[in-house]
Amino acid sequence: MPKAVIIDYGVGNLYNLKHALSEVGFSPSIGLSKALLKQADVVILPGVGNFSAAIKRLTIVKEYLTDLARNGAPFFGICLGMQLLFRKSEEGNGEGLALLEGGNIRLPCSVKVPHMGWNTVTIVKPTVLFESLEDPFYCYFAHSYYPIPDDRNVICAETTYGVKFASVVAKNNILGTQFHPEKSGDVGLRFLENFSNFIKR
Amino acid sequence: MPLTKRIIPCLDVDHGKVVKGVHFLNLKDAGDPAELAKRYSEEGADELVFLDITASSEKRKILKDVVKRVASEIDIPFTVGGGIRSLSDARTTLCGGADKVSINTAAVEQPSLITKLSESFGRQCVVVAIDAKRRYEEKRGKITVETKEGRCWFEVYTYGGRRPTGLDAIQWAAKVEQLGAGEILLTSMDRDGTEKGFDLELTRSVSENVNIPVIASGGAGCPEHFLEVLSIGKADAALAASIFHYNKYTIQFIKRFLRARGVEVRL
Repeated sequence: MPKAVIIDYGVGNLYNLKHALSEVGFSPSIGLSKALLKQADVVILPGVGNFSAAIKRLTIVKEYLTDLARNGAPFFGICLGMQLLFRKSEEGNGEGLALLEGGNIRLPCSVKVPHMGWNTVTIVKPTVLFESLEDPFYCYFAHSYYPIPDDRNVICAETTYGVKFASVVAKNNILGTQFHPEKSGDVGLRFLENFSNFIKR
Repeated sequence: MPLTKRIIPCLDVDHGKVVKGVHFLNLKDAGDPAELAKRYSEEGADELVFLDITASSEKRKILKDVVKRVASEIDIPFTVGGGIRSLSDARTTLCGGADKVSINTAAVEQPSLITKLSESFGRQCVVVAIDAKRRYEEKRGKITVETKEGRCWFEVYTYGGRRPTGLDAIQWAAKVEQLGAGEILLTSMDRDGTEKGFDLELTRSVSENVNIPVIASGGAGCPEHFLEVLSIGKADAALAASIFHYNKYTIQFIKRFLRARGVEVRL
């Protein structure tokens, strides 16, 4: 079973994510130490908390994380975790992991923020991650910021809420979703299963 | 397609059992929280709310093991409230499997807690619950609204509907948004458990006055009530308890009814 290490920023609920990952065939653990990360087949950046607070917590392992990513370890960022894959955020100070180029900005004032609830994810670039999912499919969102990748080629799916934004990005070993697959019922579980199959390949 | 409207079943839990009353009183047993949670998750609930309704008045902590048991049965977002008075209470609840925490009494008594929670866990994690009751007498400085039953303002109550605060619910809603709340769970005490329909005037007044999502609660009795509160009431989500607990309508039935009338829901 591939080992998935869920990065712990010290806030929020990682229980569902751990539960969901074990259901799709990962052996998940939660932590932040280098010793733990050394064993990781996959690094998961979960989606709870605030950009600056999370970056602060990551400081001690940041360099180690970016080295892992450069050496090809699969990274999967969810919600805030996806935003951390990029360089900057309007939510606060601090530099993200910058594994993808671009920044995060706030959703427009024309809509209620946070974007909270189930919205459609429309596939723009078919990948194995979308196998047996309808197009579009419904997933659960809970966020106030969203990333704008410099390279539009990394966008695999989009969602519209006041503005059209990237809800799935992927480049080589780096994957990010703005929605929470672990809170998106059967559809979310299917997405995670596709991810698991992709890793095992 | 836009963001869908959410249908949210609510588990009011009293010492480990789901209960339901009328106007916050005369509580009746409605089943096991984990069993109901599982059923609702499978029936297409968009989220689940769990309120430990006696934690605050009994000044005790929330029932951790029950929260965990419920969390392990579902794969949809899960909000937990009742007796959360500090950052550390919130952290314990979140680590026990909740995705969001709901605060009510503590928010009124120490508004700075809203900001602290929001800064630590992110705005999307912080639900402020407001229990409101109509007041038909005029009072200076309160926002009055024209209703079928006469002109009134809405007073905020704490301690599970036991204590009036003198606060105006519409003004309080705007204040909690400013302090960092990510969502408002708005319950009409006048309608709670009556199955006579949501308080549309209350919901609409609050929803129009804030720029964060509003969950309407209290009074759901039939599918038309959901339609009204999500359209006329301008709610972003509708919460109900008794009609789901007692199998009067399934969540699927309500959602199909809504979609047939042009409301976007997840099916």
